[in-house]
Amino acid sequence: MTQEELFEAQEREQQRQAGLENRIYCCTAAGCVSCGSETLRQAIADQIKAQGKEGKVEVCGTGCMGLCSRAPLVRTSSNGMIYGGVTPEDAESLVAAGGPADKRIDPQMPFFVRQHKVVLANSGYVDPERLLDYIACDGYQALAKALSDMTPQEVIAEVKASGLRGRGGAGYPTGLKWELVAKQPAPVRYVVCNGDEGDPGAFMDRSMLEGDPHRVLEGMAIAGYAVGAQQGYIYVRGEYGLAIRRLQAAVKQAERERLLGSHIFENSFGFRIDLRIGAGAFVCGEETALVASIEGRRGNPRQRPPYPPESGLWGKPTLINNVETFANIPDIIRRGSAWFAGIGTAESKGTKVFALAGKIANTGLIEVPMGTSLRSILFEIGGGVPGGAAFKAAQTGGPSGGCIPAEHLDTPVDYESLAAIGSIMGSGGLIVMDESSCMVDVARFFMDFCVDESCGKCVPCRAGTVEMHDVLLRITRGEATEADVAMLEELAVLLREASLCGLGQTAPNPVVSTLRYFRREYEEHMRERRCAAGRCRFESAAQVQGGAQ
Amino acid sequence: MSVKTLEIDGRVCTGVTGQTIFDVAWENRIQIPRICHVGGISDIGACRMCLVEIEGRGRLHAACMTPVEEGMVVRTATERLKRHRRLIVELLLAERNHVCAVCVTNGACELQDLAAELGIEHVRLRYRFPKLGVDTSHERFGLDHNRCLLCTRCVRVCDEVEGAHTFDILGRGANSRVICDQDEPWGESESCTSCGKCVQVCPTGALFAKGRTVAEMRKDRWFLKYIVTAREKRQWIR
Amino acid sequence: MSRHNYAGDALIEVLHTAQELYGFLSPDLLKTIARKLRLPPSRVLGVVTFYHFFSLAPKGEHSFSVCMGTACYVAGAHELLETLEHRCGCKAGETSADGKVSVSGVRCIGSCGLAPAVIRDGKIMAHVTRDQLNAELDQIGVA
Repeated sequence: MTQEELFEAQEREQQRQAGLENRIYCCTAAGCVSCGSETLRQAIADQIKAQGKEGKVEVCGTGCMGLCSRAPLVRTSSNGMIYGGVTPEDAESLVAAGGPADKRIDPQMPFFVRQHKVVLANSGYVDPERLLDYIACDGYQALAKALSDMTPQEVIAEVKASGLRGRGGAGYPTGLKWELVAKQPAPVRYVVCNGDEGDPGAFMDRSMLEGDPHRVLEGMAIAGYAVGAQQGYIYVRGEYGLAIRRLQAAVKQAERERLLGSHIFENSFGFRIDLRIGAGAFVCGEETALVASIEGRRGNPRQRPPYPPESGLWGKPTLINNVETFANIPDIIRRGSAWFAGIGTAESKGTKVFALAGKIANTGLIEVPMGTSLRSILFEIGGGVPGGAAFKAAQTGGPSGGCIPAEHLDTPVDYESLAAIGSIMGSGGLIVMDESSCMVDVARFFMDFCVDESCGKCVPCRAGTVEMHDVLLRITRGEATEADVAMLEELAVLLREASLCGLGQTAPNPVVSTLRYFRREYEEHMRERRCAAGRCRFESAAQVQGGAQ
Repeated sequence: MSVKTLEIDGRVCTGVTGQTIFDVAWENRIQIPRICHVGGISDIGACRMCLVEIEGRGRLHAACMTPVEEGMVVRTATERLKRHRRLIVELLLAERNHVCAVCVTNGACELQDLAAELGIEHVRLRYRFPKLGVDTSHERFGLDHNRCLLCTRCVRVCDEVEGAHTFDILGRGANSRVICDQDEPWGESESCTSCGKCVQVCPTGALFAKGRTVAEMRKDRWFLKYIVTAREKRQWIR
Repeated sequence: MSRHNYAGDALIEVLHTAQELYGFLSPDLLKTIARKLRLPPSRVLGVVTFYHFFSLAPKGEHSFSVCMGTACYVAGAHELLETLEHRCGCKAGETSADGKVSVSGVRCIGSCGLAPAVIRDGKIMAHVTRDQLNAELDQIGVA
């Protein structure tokens, strides 16, 4: 396909869609599928036939529209409405009259109005299994522009100017990373997309890969052009079956139209993308462990330096970025770095996708400008804690992050502010807890996760997480002492300063942050053998040990 | 190959490109504690014992994997580093079943030496007491998992120097274990050449030669660098 | 294996396919893979046992994987796992003695809006309760 043909295809598809009476979008992301959305889609297709509306009304699958708590979701183009909790019985009304009025979701809800969609812009408007849908929404135009109007250096300059920072959690300036890879002397380079979203409670990347896979492919291809790589890999968690299938289909479609593969847009630039499937190891989200996994080895991280841009996959310069990072690239190239830099704060530009879960009314996926306050996210967009229960803490960053108490609800969500209060941005998981959660138990849960996922290479993490978990477990049973907590804090320092990789270095974070903000709960467990949340069971026969262990 | 001048613990030392902080310190008789490093095989920076402080760089760095650079100022024995090393050895002692009294390398064990050096008289952590086995199926050698530190010296020496790659690691995290071939008894291994290098490099009594008394069980780790340099550079160093 | 030119790097892809075809990775299967990819057998086993996905023992007719992600945990996932372990008489990661059911805990599957979630034979069950699980197990014929 040439650039002209791309624009022609876009026009044709836009006109075709405009000519329809109605296009019914049925969310087919994993969440809604498990609530029966595939059956629903079939029911709608049947109704279209039954009502003789073929050619006038169309039904297709689409990506996550965000309000997962009201699944399955359906959007109709004729009236721009979104409906929740839709069942196959509603199919008739959807096809005939635009939809069941009683299931309408107010589009003026803060949930929708307060969001700023960039990477999720196509979710709800595009069928992820259809390339033409993506093209209709300006798809692949950024790649065309980069190849025909920009040099690789200019692309990198744009990404730098945008201020985009890695969305995997660390927040490293993306443009800088691209520049590092580009200036390596070796001729062979690689681009790797980190789709090993392992944080429990995070499903942003999964939704992007299921709902708008072409966006990620386009972002990677642009990166390949910028850093001089001809081969890309997307490393996806093995648990994400649907995402894997959608990606495989998308790659094939793109290759067929010469939007990937050799001579893209009849340019000399060629870029291949292959998938690599994870096999159940959280540590493989760490850059060097990911590289080891693609190389067919055990996922042990390596000592850094050298960093992947210098020596990564098979020793070659490798650019590794998160799914969300790549998903931001097409818009940055198409709309310009200044547009992107206009969103967010001074140090944290753009938007961030969050996965809201736990004790919150509107569980689901949201995208907000950096700098939005936690309070706004949780109480305006999120709808607050259901049942009128009291908010207790919000957990960000998964097992590497911290718990944020009510006193810090006005913290703006950006890299620096979150770090200052003892948490991290992380990849976007945001779990809300109310009074029924025991913070000691939460710390124990995350430490248990680290024990299980530790690769075992370095002593502090392998043995330290086990000892820390043991202390936390004993605290929840009322069998621990002050000396034990002192040991916990000493181990926390060791892990943070001496571990080989980020897993070990950040494993103490949940413990440290809960000790900082909820120390009273720890003390209650130890001195009074009482769990305010009522979750921990204390052995009645055991005696509390006094003095040193 | 250019000469680099750096400062280690206040002393001016010189090294050449390609040398690590550990190498240069060693040549200047500065002993940095180590477990997973042994001359002659690749370094992995796993034990975290050789961590040093480098002025101007926030994090701690593994001396065995950090190349020397001109003007570096390195500190190898600060209070913080000593605290970390002590805790790492305590973690190791608590992780598996290290009972010196019944061990054939009692008195010739690197873990013991480290504990003595660091002044560890008792372990402040709870012992894990894992249930681990002993493999004495091999004619000449034995493998006692209770004494293993998972330093992987044996894995690396068998892979890089002998080539057989009989050993590898099974599992993940604290459940890791050294295995022979497909987790078969060592005596039935098709790949093992009985060269005994693994026994010699093992820092503890996890790998031992059968039929030796405590007095006779002395390991020689220095031969490794000798044979590797001989093979690669055709130079026989002493 | 031939699709990847018998390259040692392709070990994980090969293991995925092998497990899909044969259900689990037997010692003989691993021996064959090691030979064809020209890798040491200990290295192959080391890789297999590092990743939770791969199974060295045959799986049961049916599998129940309880999501152990944070949101599901907060919603009571561990009680669901206990129910399964109790009814099937085995621990997570094992199969019931009669070979009918494999029980396991799985790391967050990213369906947090459906907490607590359980994957039954590849399909995600949402907002699962103890009663629901018991009913499913009754249907399969577990004692």
